[in-house]
Amino acid sequence: MYTREQLKERALKAKDKPAAIGPDLDLSRYDKAPVEHRYIDHDELLSLPPLEKERLVMAGIDITEKERGGTYIQKDTAVVHCDVKQDGIEVIPIKKALEKYDWIWDYYWKLVAVDTDKYTAAAELDLHDGYVIRALPGAKSVYPIQACLYMDKNNLQQNVHNIIIAEEDSELHIITGCSTSPHMKRGAHLGVSEFFVKKNAKLSFTMIHNWAEDMDIRPRSVAQVEEGGLFLNNYICMKPVRSLQMYPTTHLVGENAVARFYSIIVGSPGSEYDVGGRIYLKKPGARAEIVARTISNGGKIVARGHLIGEVPDIKAHLECKGLILNGGIIHAIPELEGHTDGVEMSHEAAVGKIAQEEIAYLMSRGLSEDDAVATIVRGFLSVDIPGLPPQLQAEIDRAVEESDKDVM
Amino acid sequence: MLVIEDLQVELAGKQILKHIDLEIKPGETHILFGPNGSGKTSLLMTIMGYPQYKVTGGKITFKGVDITHMPINERAQLGIGMAYQRPPTIHGLKTRQMVKICAGNRDDVDPESLARQVNFEDFLDRDVNAGFSGGEIKRSELLQLLAQNPDLMLFDEPESGVDLENIALVGTTIAKLLQKECSPTDLKSMLQVKRERTKMGLIITHTGHILEYLTADKGQVLYNGVLSCADNPRDILQCISEMGYEECVRCTLASN
Repeated sequence: MYTREQLKERALKAKDKPAAIGPDLDLSRYDKAPVEHRYIDHDELLSLPPLEKERLVMAGIDITEKERGGTYIQKDTAVVHCDVKQDGIEVIPIKKALEKYDWIWDYYWKLVAVDTDKYTAAAELDLHDGYVIRALPGAKSVYPIQACLYMDKNNLQQNVHNIIIAEEDSELHIITGCSTSPHMKRGAHLGVSEFFVKKNAKLSFTMIHNWAEDMDIRPRSVAQVEEGGLFLNNYICMKPVRSLQMYPTTHLVGENAVARFYSIIVGSPGSEYDVGGRIYLKKPGARAEIVARTISNGGKIVARGHLIGEVPDIKAHLECKGLILNGGIIHAIPELEGHTDGVEMSHEAAVGKIAQEEIAYLMSRGLSEDDAVATIVRGFLSVDIPGLPPQLQAEIDRAVEESDKDVM
Repeated sequence: MLVIEDLQVELAGKQILKHIDLEIKPGETHILFGPNGSGKTSLLMTIMGYPQYKVTGGKITFKGVDITHMPINERAQLGIGMAYQRPPTIHGLKTRQMVKICAGNRDDVDPESLARQVNFEDFLDRDVNAGFSGGEIKRSELLQLLAQNPDLMLFDEPESGVDLENIALVGTTIAKLLQKECSPTDLKSMLQVKRERTKMGLIITHTGHILEYLTADKGQVLYNGVLSCADNPRDILQCISEMGYEECVRCTLASN
């Protein structure tokens, strides 16, 4: 166990260390002083101004909390709402957890190195808050838990650290939305997330990003999946940002552990996305799948994927498909790394345009050319995610429907 | 009524249809024969309006409207539909949604009950044509036409690749689509019922199996871009199976 001082010391040394990839940010441009917001209860949540409500809903947040097992909402640096309705599931602000519970030290900075780069360092040196969501052994979440990191203060640098733990034999579904208030223009979001999927546990994590045009986003996340565990990681980003760079990594450390990543990205003009997924398969029987669908609508998208098979009897597949609709760049970088005999790894990558033949086919069924294109794009972006609860599939479908208006 | 007059068509700079004249009256179904590469599919695609098939001369009229240069979707709205031989896969679009699209999103069309008619209920939640076998594609295309219910139907080899079990299903469904399956009622004689048929069909076939399920009014042979023969379809089929398409060459020469 590290002491907090040791962590701070390592963070200090890395505070100016650029990330391995992606545009470098000058963090001195942003404010990181805490912003006060008072706690709001369930009724107040329902009576938020319509514009703010809409921003939350767009990020997948059900403000009625009806079909959710728990809610965590952080506005700028303050936790404004945190409750949980289901036994066996805990939702705790991380600052509170660090003060009150010893067990958190078994997880805090255990998967992500605090000195990875200046962004992880900032999350330690000026930690604002974040959520700890834990499903106790055997607990099954009936409804998904929702978390929202909301940014309201212009020019803020939001430093967040999240820890998600699915204990043995538990099942946990989380939807997390990141969004900004309608007036917010500029800011940075640095978010560290550590996922622990224990023996035979199932965790689904669906993240919907709804940023603003001048936002810089640097999530840093690492997951560890034990024997028989399943980690489903979904990422949807349909809205502009200035730059977004992340390369979430998963370690399949137990036999028959499974990880599946699905991401859907629509790149708007002036936006730069460098997004990937990396999965290490370290025990026989491990399975991994990465599926990415990207559309460039004038933005720049680097879509990475990296599968590393370290032992025999593993299977991994990477699928990366991109459509260039209205200019822009899609750079697909699929990587497969087999370290031994007996690995089975494959990838398919394609970057292109909509096939004329498909448009004509739909037109011969009566659709106008524009409707035919929209139908094909919607189909391209819709991925079936096995094992995802229907409420979350509905959120993803809604986000995709919503994006139609922007893409066309 | 479909009227094609002196139609000349180019594909990628090469003339593929030469001075075609063809007329299909309401209630009529024509069979189109011809060896591979003779231009049969091209004729169907040109009637449907695929822009790569460039009309360099002549005219196509449907229901009195000149459609020679009309976009595909406007032809579909006017009542032309096609069952393709090799349609593209559309990823992420469920067959169920496609059926609704074909029905113009009308509420009175129930994909389930339509799918039942072609034994295709299990495919409604699969992506359109994704991994479908030859026979499944045919049934999917028929399902789409059932929902679209066009007045002129173009079938590109509807029975190829269909197994014995499903060939009857495909045959009777086409007969039904083309109103060939009707029977007299107390109020109307068979002749009256036949006269009231409005659906038109143009069917490409190599084997003629389709003729076992419906009566076609006329057969046509397309050879090297030229319509060389118009006769009773069964007679044509018999002639081709006995003498081959070489006989069509003689007919073409004779007619010129």
